[in-house]
Amino acid sequence: MVTRTTKPAIVARELSKRYGDLEAVRGVSFEVGTGEIVGFLGPNGAGKTTTVRMLSCFLPPTSGTASIHDVDVRERPREVKQLIGVCPQEDNLDPDFHVMKNLLVYGRYFGLPRKVVRDRAIELLAFVALSDKAHAEIQALSGGMKRRLVLARALLNEPKVLILDEPTTGLDPQARHAIWDRIRSLRSHGTTVLLTTHYMEEASQVCDRVIVMDGGRILLEGSPLELVEREVGRTVVEAWNYHEDFVQFLHSLPGRLEEVADRLYFYPDESDHVDRLLEQRFPHQERLIRRATLEDVFLKLTGRALRD
Amino acid sequence: MRAIVRNASLRSFRVWQRDMDVYLTNWKTEFLPPLSEPVLYVFAFGFGLGSLIHRVPYEGRDLTYIRFMAPGIVSIAVMFWSYFETTYSSFVRMYYQRTFDAILATPLLVEDVILGELLWGTTKALIASTIMLGILWALGLVAWPSGLWVIPVALAGGAMFSAMGLVVTAVTKNISSFNLPMFLMITPMFTFSGTFFPVGILPKWAVWIAWCLPLTHVSYVVRAAVLGLPRAQVVWSCLYILGFAVVFTALALKLMKRRLIQ
Repeated sequence: MVTRTTKPAIVARELSKRYGDLEAVRGVSFEVGTGEIVGFLGPNGAGKTTTVRMLSCFLPPTSGTASIHDVDVRERPREVKQLIGVCPQEDNLDPDFHVMKNLLVYGRYFGLPRKVVRDRAIELLAFVALSDKAHAEIQALSGGMKRRLVLARALLNEPKVLILDEPTTGLDPQARHAIWDRIRSLRSHGTTVLLTTHYMEEASQVCDRVIVMDGGRILLEGSPLELVEREVGRTVVEAWNYHEDFVQFLHSLPGRLEEVADRLYFYPDESDHVDRLLEQRFPHQERLIRRATLEDVFLKLTGRALRD
Repeated sequence: MRAIVRNASLRSFRVWQRDMDVYLTNWKTEFLPPLSEPVLYVFAFGFGLGSLIHRVPYEGRDLTYIRFMAPGIVSIAVMFWSYFETTYSSFVRMYYQRTFDAILATPLLVEDVILGELLWGTTKALIASTIMLGILWALGLVAWPSGLWVIPVALAGGAMFSAMGLVVTAVTKNISSFNLPMFLMITPMFTFSGTFFPVGILPKWAVWIAWCLPLTHVSYVVRAAVLGLPRAQVVWSCLYILGFAVVFTALALKLMKRRLIQ
């Protein structure tokens, strides 16, 4: 499934960004293979957005280097920006123009001929299911439609690398799935996708590989499944309304135990017999056993305390 | 400065084109003020106020008030249309609409965006003053063909006021803060720059201050063109305008770059 080739589309080396005393990104190094879909996962303030903004030539890095298809982001920003498509976190469609005109004007910035832009715009509006909105005003679009239009706009220059900063934040489930479907279908075109998110489901649904960031650093990376198995194992036992003897029992089993507020999380090393064992010893204990997810990995790594 | 020259490109024309497209979409409301303003001014000040004032002595000539004031309102248009474009309008595009952010995701660089905005502010001044010139000419208030010199002057003056406006925008935190430079700079220029009365009739110290103001030079040159009064001093005023345009353009580039890239 993972279509990594030998030649990386994105290379970052010791990339950092400092704002006065604040170190937003502290020397991150990573590669993204051509055709790969990679997600940056992390809580707010982890440095995800700052990292992708440096890659898309919005922010000059304080130190380190980054390149897109061997073109240095600092030395040759124009060429880099010709190669990439950017979907920013904040909606910045042009409210002075209707939908189609937004795409036509945007295509001009790339120096594309009018005819080419018009043909692509028609195709892309169909791709994001907005053909019937071609002459609608931006203000009349729903949040999901706006995101889809931003996605279409980012694809106008047929980018080799698509950078999406929180593509589905604030969208309802249907709108979110619509965006995911589109991102996945880009895989067949060989487009490399780098996205940031704090939705675990998004990361496991669309990404070949996730890079978990916190405090401006990369904590770990791997495929979603691999990360879950490696970091928290296959299963999680959640329990509530428990007594001390239940906690003691879990302590005696190999695994990791976490108590948060009035809830108990147990990540067993050996998951096969846990259910039967608990059923025998504590048949009336309220609990559930579920598959471990990326969210468990995330919370293990970044903690459960509120960030802001 | 070297980086500016290196990074500037013809792509700034794309930014100009974007603003022009918006302008053409709203052309009805955009065209009306420069068409109607001179007529209103001519009636209110020319026939109304002007009937109380017999003669205005200016550069060795005795002018009717309306004749004196007509070039003043063209000069004011040069200032208002460019300055307001690169303050309020540019601020809306930069801050509320995030248009600049959207453009910066394309091969355009910050320099292209800034120069495109300046070019557009200048264009607005040019359009408005040309329309006004035409109306005033139809009313028989413009000497011909020397009046055509207003067009290059509007270009240079528009460039100067656009750049001054963008400098203000670069250091402005929120849109209501534009009231301060308006009150400190624009309103005094509007009233004291030889627009509604000759600068020379002010007390000596005030004359001195008036000649420091950019609009005084614009109105001086515009009046020389509209009345057909070639004077050597016009050269100095033109140099002042061009000098200010260059200095403020450089400053606008520097400060806007700092504002947009953090």
